[in-house]
Amino acid sequence: MLFYIFKRILMTIPVMLVVALFVFLMLRLSPGDPAAVIAGDFATAEDVAKIREKLGLSEPIFIQFTKWIGALLQGDLGTSIFSNKPVTELIAQRIEPTVLLALTTIAFSVFVAVPLGTVAAFRAGSWIDRMVMLFSVAGFSVPVFVLGYILIYVFSLNLGLLPVQGYRSPFEHGLGPFLLHITLPTVTLSVIFIALIARMTRASVIEVLEEDYIRTARAKGQSEFKVLMRHALRNAAVPIVTVIGIGIALLIGGVVVTESVYNIPGLGRLVLDAVLARDYPIIQGLILFFSFIYILLNLLIDLTYTVLDPRIRY
Amino acid sequence: MASESSVQSTAAETPRTKEDDPSVWRIALRNRSVLWGGILLSAIALVAIVGPFLTLDPVALNPINRLKPPGDAGLFGTDQLGRDLFSRVVNGARVSLIVGIAVATIAISIGLFLGLIAGYVRLMDALIMRVMDGLMSIPAILLAIAMISLSGATLTTVVTAIVIPEIPRVVRLVRAVVLTVREEPYVEAAISVGTKVPLIMVRHVLPNTIAPLIVQATYICGSAMLTEAILGFLGAGIPPEIPSWGNIMSEGRTFFQLTPWIIFFPGICLAVTVLAVNTVGDGLRDTLDPRIARTLR
Repeated sequence: MLFYIFKRILMTIPVMLVVALFVFLMLRLSPGDPAAVIAGDFATAEDVAKIREKLGLSEPIFIQFTKWIGALLQGDLGTSIFSNKPVTELIAQRIEPTVLLALTTIAFSVFVAVPLGTVAAFRAGSWIDRMVMLFSVAGFSVPVFVLGYILIYVFSLNLGLLPVQGYRSPFEHGLGPFLLHITLPTVTLSVIFIALIARMTRASVIEVLEEDYIRTARAKGQSEFKVLMRHALRNAAVPIVTVIGIGIALLIGGVVVTESVYNIPGLGRLVLDAVLARDYPIIQGLILFFSFIYILLNLLIDLTYTVLDPRIRY
Repeated sequence: MASESSVQSTAAETPRTKEDDPSVWRIALRNRSVLWGGILLSAIALVAIVGPFLTLDPVALNPINRLKPPGDAGLFGTDQLGRDLFSRVVNGARVSLIVGIAVATIAISIGLFLGLIAGYVRLMDALIMRVMDGLMSIPAILLAIAMISLSGATLTTVVTAIVIPEIPRVVRLVRAVVLTVREEPYVEAAISVGTKVPLIMVRHVLPNTIAPLIVQATYICGSAMLTEAILGFLGAGIPPEIPSWGNIMSEGRTFFQLTPWIIFFPGICLAVTVLAVNTVGDGLRDTLDPRIARTLR
């Protein structure tokens, strides 16, 4: 058991190394002169040289890599070209809205999707099931930002129920304003996540419902509710939790778009501002940051399998 | 130029259906999702191919007629520069389909190649799969944004940037198929009579990958169109002078409170197109790949 945990943690190292290597090579191997692209159309040769120096592009590639990976291991994600601030500091300033939006989205999605998927599986083939499946196909097809604008149009502009855009920190402004402002972004971002989780829950519960122990539970005279909750859902949990983990990649992409639609000053906005300012070190640092978060979360999810399913013993 | 490539890519679809066993396609068309999704998709493709020749110039400026509501000037109204929104949306269909088909084709080709190697050559397996694991953990949109901001926004860089994050999924799929197929008795028989590895690949392994890959291609096509629109919307996509759906919506943001239809028309078109592609994909999965269909039903 301990050996498995140790092995699983060790296995994340090559993956992280690949991510780091890929991000490193992306800047060096991209066609054209990245320093010139970053400097922009109106830059002088001097500006380009300065940026090349700042990115460390003038040294031999092997030395560049050792220096870069050495800094990375000490938690240094690079330094912004324009503000000269370390990327880690910029991330720390902007992380709160993003983390809170991600948490409300995961909570809301699981809260909606798991019951939906379970009911759909329980009444497979009924109209409820068809509605859930229709929703999950549609959820994958509607672009996040279009949905965001439709919600703003209906709930903010026409009905005037919720604020149009912006963000209020729960630590500064209290829980009420925070919830008012986070509702639409959460719903927007949740739709694709709900589609994903509901689909997996349905498939997984349908499979479990065919098992012998479900028949046994029913034969004992246990109520259908208890059969679903105690026997079906619990045994269907592993694939559901796995898909939540995979969905986090989707969530990270969606956060960038949602923050842009709702004007939320989080990490997504940091990326977009960096794109506009051609501040490549920030983009690079954020890719590394998000990828490592993704790898670590999936490591955690892998480790929870033993709790969810006591049959899994390593 | 754009019209040629879209005509070519749809033309390339037809011979493939004839090469395969035609009965498989007849069975696939019996599935309602494939039929209706296919009809809808054909209609959209027709609009994308023929439409741009029939509509007004999508980039012609007409400042006096700017921000007109639908019906007042043209079917969908005009944007902030007085350009006809209907023509722009019709032209956008072409961009979306080109990106979707190009990304699906390239990602499947590269993924198939790498997947066959990973599945068959033990030595390369660990290496390729670790690289794919790494690629998979980089958020696709961020990766695309970074690549585009490094090499400048052109149609080629946008397609490349969307292709790369899609490759790992294809590699995993192909590798899984190869690993199951190589245990089959007919492959063992082929090995025992001394058939060379490349021939085994082409004759026995490759045909088994076709069905799941066609299904995967439709999903990649749908998600590529969404990603392209998202990149355009964020201002990191295809150059703004090309009227793609993402670009139209990106420009519509400033006037959203005044003229929300500039976002809604292309947005609905995009959603319907992706929905059609995904519906065909779901239907094909049910008919072509009963193994996955059983678990995902």
